Amino acid sequence: MDSQAIATGAANAAEHHAHPSYQRHHFETEGQQREAASLGMWVFLLTEIMFFGGMFFAYLLYRNWYNPAFVEASRQLSIPMGTANTAILITSGFFMALGVWAAEVRKRNLLVLFLILTNIFGCAFLGVKYFEYKEKWEHKHIPGIRYSIEEFMHPLKNANGTTELEGAKALPQDIAQQTEMFFFLYFAMTGMHALHMIIGIGLLVFYTYGAAKGKYTNGYVMPIENFGLYWHFVDIVWIFLFPLLYLINRHG
Amino acid sequence: MSATIISLPDQSTARLPKVNYLNKEHGLLSWLLTGDHKRIAMLYLISTTFFFVIGGAFAAFIRMELLTPAPDLMTSDTYNKVFTAHGLIMVFLFLVPAVPAIFGNFLIPMMIGAKDLAFPKVNLLSWYLYMVAGCLMLGTIIFGGVDTGWTFTTPLSTHYVNTNVISAGLGAFVAGFSSIFTGLNFIVTIHRMRAPGLTWFRLPLFVWAHYAASIQMILGTPVVAIAIVLVALERTIGIGVFDPAKGGDPILFQHLFWFYSHPAVYIMILPPMGIISEVMSTFSRKRVFGYTAVAFSSVAIAVFGFFVWAHHMFIMGISNYSALVFSLLTMLVAVPSAIKIFNWTFTMYKGSITFETPMLYAFGFIGLFTIGGLTGVFLGVMGTDIHLTETYFIVAHFHFVMVGGALMGYLAAIHFWWPKMTGRMYPESISKLAAVIAFVGFNLTFLPQFMLGYMGMPRRYHAYPPEFQVLNVLSTAGATVLGIGYMLPMIYLVWSLKYGKIAGDNPWQATGLEWQTQSPPLTENFTEIPIVDHDAYDYEWLAHKTHREVTSVG
Repeated sequence: MDSQAIATGAANAAEHHAHPSYQRHHFETEGQQREAASLGMWVFLLTEIMFFGGMFFAYLLYRNWYNPAFVEASRQLSIPMGTANTAILITSGFFMALGVWAAEVRKRNLLVLFLILTNIFGCAFLGVKYFEYKEKWEHKHIPGIRYSIEEFMHPLKNANGTTELEGAKALPQDIAQQTEMFFFLYFAMTGMHALHMIIGIGLLVFYTYGAAKGKYTNGYVMPIENFGLYWHFVDIVWIFLFPLLYLINRHG
Repeated sequence: MSATIISLPDQSTARLPKVNYLNKEHGLLSWLLTGDHKRIAMLYLISTTFFFVIGGAFAAFIRMELLTPAPDLMTSDTYNKVFTAHGLIMVFLFLVPAVPAIFGNFLIPMMIGAKDLAFPKVNLLSWYLYMVAGCLMLGTIIFGGVDTGWTFTTPLSTHYVNTNVISAGLGAFVAGFSSIFTGLNFIVTIHRMRAPGLTWFRLPLFVWAHYAASIQMILGTPVVAIAIVLVALERTIGIGVFDPAKGGDPILFQHLFWFYSHPAVYIMILPPMGIISEVMSTFSRKRVFGYTAVAFSSVAIAVFGFFVWAHHMFIMGISNYSALVFSLLTMLVAVPSAIKIFNWTFTMYKGSITFETPMLYAFGFIGLFTIGGLTGVFLGVMGTDIHLTETYFIVAHFHFVMVGGALMGYLAAIHFWWPKMTGRMYPESISKLAAVIAFVGFNLTFLPQFMLGYMGMPRRYHAYPPEFQVLNVLSTAGATVLGIGYMLPMIYLVWSLKYGKIAGDNPWQATGLEWQTQSPPLTENFTEIPIVDHDAYDYEWLAHKTHREVTSVG
């Protein structure tokens, strides 16, 4: 080693003592590291918006083209289940926000509790989603694999002659076929959203483990904060999916 | 500012620094698990060169087949697979990643006075993703190839071919995420890691160009990712978003695809434009003329680049009105591009120009990019586009921009920063020869293709009428010359690793912060973080600094 390198090494060692252990060597200050990580997360979320954007664009296009078919197809989705899921997801997001707060005020047990609650509600969302998908399977509304337009041409009737789904109208065959497009997009969008949830839940387990060891309650809030951003982003995607897929034009 | 004449330093006393990023740690693992942006840049240099050679080999097959009018070398199916492999490899594995991932990676932290990129692990992840994408592409080719063209156009890719579309698409998807992470890293680094005093308008233009390209990477790439996912879903489980039989629209795929893939050509050309700014200034010994205009023109190209995609689709059944708007917007991109060309030319005006190899490549860039850009305006005009699209005119146009522009910039960069990356000089006279050979070979290859296209020779066919043969023979001959022009640097650069002259810290007397440290640099770049009190390209500051500095220590 030449003298220069020794000098650098010594300077680094001196800096090392002045900074918290979680500060990476290439950052000048802890604040810089935190700001960099936070900006990085926001930029990543921007790419996520663009990723979902392509599907939202396709949805809006086809909704315009095939409006009657989309209205009838969206009637198949269960508003109670969708509403319940929205509530569940918002609750999960609420606990996530509390988790960030707990990390900031350095309360380890609270942080672990809130992360577990976040996770439970996240899993509950997926559970409800499972029953929704299962119902689609039973009604043969899985596009490409198991699809039948029967229920759109001849809506299911109750014993008293009213339609089982309120306001359901029979569609002629050519329009009924367009309902498959709705379900393509429904499964692509909610499936991609669910995939993000699953990734998030995996990460949550990892962070809960770290939190239990006290990693994030010594001032190193950044990972929890950034994961919170991700989790809220996934919530927001659902906040857009729910009205677009379930609610609008239901009675049109 | 008037030009300052600077005498180049005496290299005979230069020594290689004992400790640098190359020899700090040893062993393969120290490379494969590194977080050092410079080492990752070297990993990229090796891997992109590998894929460039493969892509080049496919280009050679294409030109060999087109030597004669008759289809005598390969069948039409094989030919389709060969040009698709050429396109996929060159676009996704060379042009998009090469300049940002090698030079951006190596230089951005050094230019802004940082120790590393903001997220070293993400940076390494990008490289691994790139390698996964590369393996997927190679696997695609080895296990039977794919013949959709690099554009995966629906319904061809979903209904009419039975080749390895999914693995190729997956390769493009993974390569896309590699590029997203690179762009994300650059943006955060440029925002958050600049040295004290280094304001936005003191940044080298190389950094501005990479910033603009990064914005395109993070906004465009996710869209093509989802489009490719939908194509894969359509092939596997019959989801019908692009399938007309199920009410889908194949044109929607093209919109989503070109929404990325048009900005992608700016991802390919903006970083080389940044290189040209550095090289032009250094070898004219003058501040880049109209610094602010050049900086903003990069951003303008990035912004306009997102609003021109449908000019790839003029003949594909989009409405005349949207075609009109896109035609107009396309021509607007010529404005910031021209700002750059004019400003580089003015930079040379009254400068003390010297003709080192990087400068020769930069001249090549300016000439060839201007031709490529102007023929782009022909194609932006709807009337001529309808005549010229899907002909060799298009092929010649984008090769002028991508090879004449981006690749010339790449070669300028590798010569310019080779002393910094390796500590050794490349051999000057043979490299000048290589630059001239590449320029001549390039023109001989692609100028005839403009004429072929104008006369109506369609692209993507392996046979053609005999009257086109003369020009095709010229083009193939040119490709041979061009191949030599590319092979020479590979040979002498490797040679120079051992036998090149020792470069010293700043062999060009350039002003960038990367030149104010040892070559090759230390692992964390600087012994102390520099404090910047001067503009970029301030040669008087450099002369003053060099004057005061003790040049050799016992």
